[in-house]
Amino acid sequence: MVIKSGIFKKITDIKFSLLSPDEIRKMSATRVITDDTYDEDGYPIEKGLMDPKLGVLDPSIRCKTCGGRTEECPGHFGHIELAMPIIHVGYAKEIRDILQRICYECNRYIGEPVSDDSAKCQYCNAMRKKVALDKPTTFRIDNEKITPKELREHLSLIPDEDLPKLGYDEKSMRPEWLILTVLPVPPINIRPSITLESGDRSEDDLTHKLVDVLRINQRLRENRDLGAPQLIVEDLWELLQYHVTTYFDNQTSGIPPARHRSGRPLKTLIQRLKGKEGRFRSNLSGKRVNFSARTVISPDPLLSINEVGVPEHMARELTVPLYVTPFNIEYAKNVVRIGPTPPSRDNKYIAGVNYLIRADGKRVKITDNLSPMIADKYVEPGAIIERQLMDGDLVLFNRQPSLHRMSMMCHMVKVMPGMTFRMNLSDCPPYNADFDGDEMNLHVLQSEEARAEAKVIMRVQENILSPRFGMPIIGAIHDHITSLFLMTYKNPKIRIGEIIYIYSRIAKNIPKPSGIDENGSYWYGRDIFSTVLPENLNMDFKSSICIKCNPCMKEKCDYESWVKIRNGRLLMGTIDAKAVGSIKGLILDRIARDYGSESAKNFLDDITKIAVSFITIRGFTTGIEDEDIPDDAVKEISDVMKKAKNDVDLLVEDYKEGRLQEMPGRSLIDTLEVMIMGVLSKARDAAGDIASKYLGMENPAVMMAKSGARGNMLNLSQMAGSIGQQSVRGERLHRGYTDRTLPHFKKGDMGAEAHGFVTTSYKSGLTPTEFFFHCMGGREGLVDTAARTSRSGYMQRRLINALEDLKVDEDKTVKNTADTIIQFLYGEDDIDPAKSVQGDAVDINAVIKEILGEEHHAFVEMEEKQNMEKIKGYGERELDEGVVETTDDEEELDTESEGPGGFDESDDYGGA
Amino acid sequence: MANVKKNKAKTKVIEEKEVSVNIDEIISDYAESLPYSIKKDLAKKLKSININKSEIINIVKKVKERYEIHRVDPYESVGIVAAQSIGEPGTQMTMRTFHYAGVAEMNVTLGLPRLIEIVDARRTPSTPMMTIYLKKEVSSDINKVKKVAKNIETTLLSDVTNIYTDLEQIEIRIIPQMELMKSLDLDVMDLKKTMMDNGGPIMKHLKYNSDENYLYISFLSIEGKEGNVITESPYASLKNLLDTITNLSVKGLEGVKRAIIKEVSGEYVIYTEGSNLKGVLGVEGVDTSRTYTNNIMEIYEIFGIEAARESIVNEIKKTLDEQALAVDIRHIMLVADIMTNNGDVRAIGRHGISGKKTSILARAAFEITGNHLLKAGVTGEVDNLNGVAENIIVGQPITHGTGAVHLVYKTDKKRSEQKENLKK
Repeated sequence: MVIKSGIFKKITDIKFSLLSPDEIRKMSATRVITDDTYDEDGYPIEKGLMDPKLGVLDPSIRCKTCGGRTEECPGHFGHIELAMPIIHVGYAKEIRDILQRICYECNRYIGEPVSDDSAKCQYCNAMRKKVALDKPTTFRIDNEKITPKELREHLSLIPDEDLPKLGYDEKSMRPEWLILTVLPVPPINIRPSITLESGDRSEDDLTHKLVDVLRINQRLRENRDLGAPQLIVEDLWELLQYHVTTYFDNQTSGIPPARHRSGRPLKTLIQRLKGKEGRFRSNLSGKRVNFSARTVISPDPLLSINEVGVPEHMARELTVPLYVTPFNIEYAKNVVRIGPTPPSRDNKYIAGVNYLIRADGKRVKITDNLSPMIADKYVEPGAIIERQLMDGDLVLFNRQPSLHRMSMMCHMVKVMPGMTFRMNLSDCPPYNADFDGDEMNLHVLQSEEARAEAKVIMRVQENILSPRFGMPIIGAIHDHITSLFLMTYKNPKIRIGEIIYIYSRIAKNIPKPSGIDENGSYWYGRDIFSTVLPENLNMDFKSSICIKCNPCMKEKCDYESWVKIRNGRLLMGTIDAKAVGSIKGLILDRIARDYGSESAKNFLDDITKIAVSFITIRGFTTGIEDEDIPDDAVKEISDVMKKAKNDVDLLVEDYKEGRLQEMPGRSLIDTLEVMIMGVLSKARDAAGDIASKYLGMENPAVMMAKSGARGNMLNLSQMAGSIGQQSVRGERLHRGYTDRTLPHFKKGDMGAEAHGFVTTSYKSGLTPTEFFFHCMGGREGLVDTAARTSRSGYMQRRLINALEDLKVDEDKTVKNTADTIIQFLYGEDDIDPAKSVQGDAVDINAVIKEILGEEHHAFVEMEEKQNMEKIKGYGERELDEGVVETTDDEEELDTESEGPGGFDESDDYGGA
Repeated sequence: MANVKKNKAKTKVIEEKEVSVNIDEIISDYAESLPYSIKKDLAKKLKSININKSEIINIVKKVKERYEIHRVDPYESVGIVAAQSIGEPGTQMTMRTFHYAGVAEMNVTLGLPRLIEIVDARRTPSTPMMTIYLKKEVSSDINKVKKVAKNIETTLLSDVTNIYTDLEQIEIRIIPQMELMKSLDLDVMDLKKTMMDNGGPIMKHLKYNSDENYLYISFLSIEGKEGNVITESPYASLKNLLDTITNLSVKGLEGVKRAIIKEVSGEYVIYTEGSNLKGVLGVEGVDTSRTYTNNIMEIYEIFGIEAARESIVNEIKKTLDEQALAVDIRHIMLVADIMTNNGDVRAIGRHGISGKKTSILARAAFEITGNHLLKAGVTGEVDNLNGVAENIIVGQPITHGTGAVHLVYKTDKKRSEQKENLKK
């Protein structure tokens, strides 16, 4: 028994060289003479472009050269004998470079071109001549036009030993081959003709071009042989040159592209290879695959983070190969007997089989009727059974754009009813997915090797820590954070009914009640959360709701933001984005790092489940009335706005009266604009402050913002307070009519309202002019996003291309393919960023704490000292917490940024 | 408990001495192979606390142990990870230009355009700027600083004079504004000298009217005279001359459009729009060790490749930090290292690194496909299929990660056969 797998042959290298005319003739199956393709009966004409010797298209016919059928015959080249030599466009520049460096008399290499007019050949003392190339293919020597034929003669006289001096490889080329005398005709498989529904034949672009070449070639030959006037021959020669040129490259600058009858430019050889849709990028670097599926995604919090729900329909189509061996033959027979559509047992999906590949390689479709027969007859060692997908199969799950390696991770299949892929919500951040209609792809792994690799390095839990910044990228989002926040903030009491509901979903025992009061026994929310923490976990950190007092009160925090975990028990503090959230979750980070990916996976599964259960029972909602503020506040805000507008008017007056002082390096009008922007942004902030004063922690919207679940206080203050200044290109709005933005304002009005200041809030509604201004700002955001994606996409492509070959070698150096050392030690310390402690190689403080214990006097001293340093170096503090500040901004950008924007760069990007 | 504390306090003095002597030694004994940066950090932390030797040894051992766990795996595709880590946040960046932190008056390209500019290795950035620190004796005195700033900022002739043309007389008249001139320490003769030096041959006809204190060139008087340099009509050359004269720099460094003085943590710092590092380093009072420009190529030309590499790292880091995007420094260093690897600053892209790859197929798959293939034909190049793109193209496993190693499985039978062979 032979299992056919693995690599039999390996390509070790590919050598490129030039085809000589003899080689072209030798590899040719036939010489092509006629420019006709098919005769009246639809049969290919011999010695025509569709000669059956060039390969077969029709499955019922055998190839006349090799005798193979369509799938076996690789196709065969033909050739055209060109009546006159023709310059290869791609090599026109090479030819010029050669001519400039050889003697025109003795054809030897005489060194690089010199500007000196009187330079002479060192061998025969002939004058050096000036060679010029009139693009694309005309040569002039000392301002006299020269024919390709003459050129070819010169080139053919260059001695072989001079070729290396010219920079060429004498084994791979002869200079005269750069000028064509024979043109290879590609096999018909690569230029198939299509039969349209009407019965008409439509030829490939290459065939069309070759017809042109043949036709002119024939006429040229006839005219030359008949001794036609030199002028006519030259014209035809030039025409032939044009056709051969466009046959190679139809985008040669300087000549009009050859067009199809309909006016569409033909896609010739270079066009087939080049660009995004070309052979290289589209078919060679990226390949189409089988065993894949795509559909809409939807959420399911009860799935584990490393599972994916696959619709039953799909599972029945997608298969995994099962190799029959002497050891599993009985099992295999049973599998085949199930057939392709097994009835569900206890409403549970059972995997069937679709095909069987017999030991002799024949593929047999398994039907319900035939399955017992096939099982008996064909299931033998060496056969392969294509079994339908079942729970626990390993698959790759992917969402485009695949910007980083976490865009493609390995999940375990869970076959489910319905038509969508189901996934855990914690997997959304790495895929950057949401459920507004996103579709994702799934690939079923086909070999044991692939499965093993995927399981070890591509599984979801192995990718919790992002290599970009060494923090978890997979983590709780939105509702889960809100729920855990509700569960731990102010430590609410939870009753038995809810407890049972919550614990029914996770594999943990219900802990002892935290206490008993008049309503019976109760559990504290923090105690429930503690049950999913690893037993010996000890942590202290500040949560997202921390308001950053200086100095920090730590354990005595009045805002419940100091989180303290001892021996796996949450003693105080609030669990929110900073604890378990994606990107910032510190507990998650700690568990993934110190307890392993499996524990992190279980932790995430558990918190999603308890969070979803808890919030289901407790209930949580937010609506527009959450942004209601009392009338006093509305009055206060409108006073602030009035004052701001007044201030702006005063500034404008100052400006007009000439009382305004120029800022250093700014013009007067700029100064005014800057000052107005300052006043207005302060007013917006003031309005926001007033609004948030009335929006307390009990407000659901505030809860979401402060806990890091979704949104931020700016969003809220825009809803409740004031939207603020709208801007385009970082400035107030100025464009529109002459001297004014809209006809609603007086010409030359420089006030706040006339240039896009929105005093109202989303809640109260905008005035018509404000609405228009808001649209202007919003539009810029959209344009900006569109422009940004293409630019950053191209930058990433370039980065990947430049860095793709770098790897850490056995000796720990970073090398490229040429074995050039790029770094002697990766990252100067050989640390994997994903394993690093937020960028640091080793968390020395944590080690010291671990060895000494947190009660040790030296450790306490050290902590105090570091705290003092932090308070002193205020700037440093900001840096320390940079990671945390990050995501607020990120999220803001994710949704829609209101802020000023502008794109004034006109850089080149995209395409070759 | 109190007793113990007392005891410790007693021994403290002795320990301290002992400890401070030993730490470096202990580290080199127990963790010699640690990278320098970690050793330094560890030593600093250990020296700051007061513990006994065995505890120190334990800590050092533990740090070493953790370090070993955190090391990269051999054959890791660090390049791709770095490219993804820098490229992925690109979509989250803004495209606008921002005001430079602390200097509201200045616009600096930031965000995605700046990042692209850095990896492109442009000759000049779209908004070059310098941060000029000054020597101690200068940096606290605002007047001295202003003086330095004036020596740096370009002053054009038109900034300190009024230039008139008299078409009837065909004459250009340059009337100095004496107040402005004085504030810049210039006098009319200085102007005359710079104009004669830099204004071209026609300047030898520059005359000074001492009565009314102005400089002038009269075209009528030149015509027909000996040494006439005018080839065009007097009116045309008048216009040309006007253009050259207005943009003539009379003071300051070329390329520095503006200089702004700001106080930063107790000293005055000059920020400039436009960059001329070479010039600034020659200005008296400038602290040459801290002065900085955001023009990487300028740093490369003056300080060499290592400085350029460092400044690429700094500039990318700064751009990402400003957008509050967290990216590990190692990724940025790798990008900087490959850009500067051969001693030249090379761009990321077809004119730089990608165009110089060894593999033909990889180059063809990136950009300018046709030319690479044609060139490969005449030079008889061989693609050895070592890289990623090439192997994907030919359909083979790539040579990174698990593709770099092979598993050999010997069945019992084979193993015994082999043994027998050995025996023979």
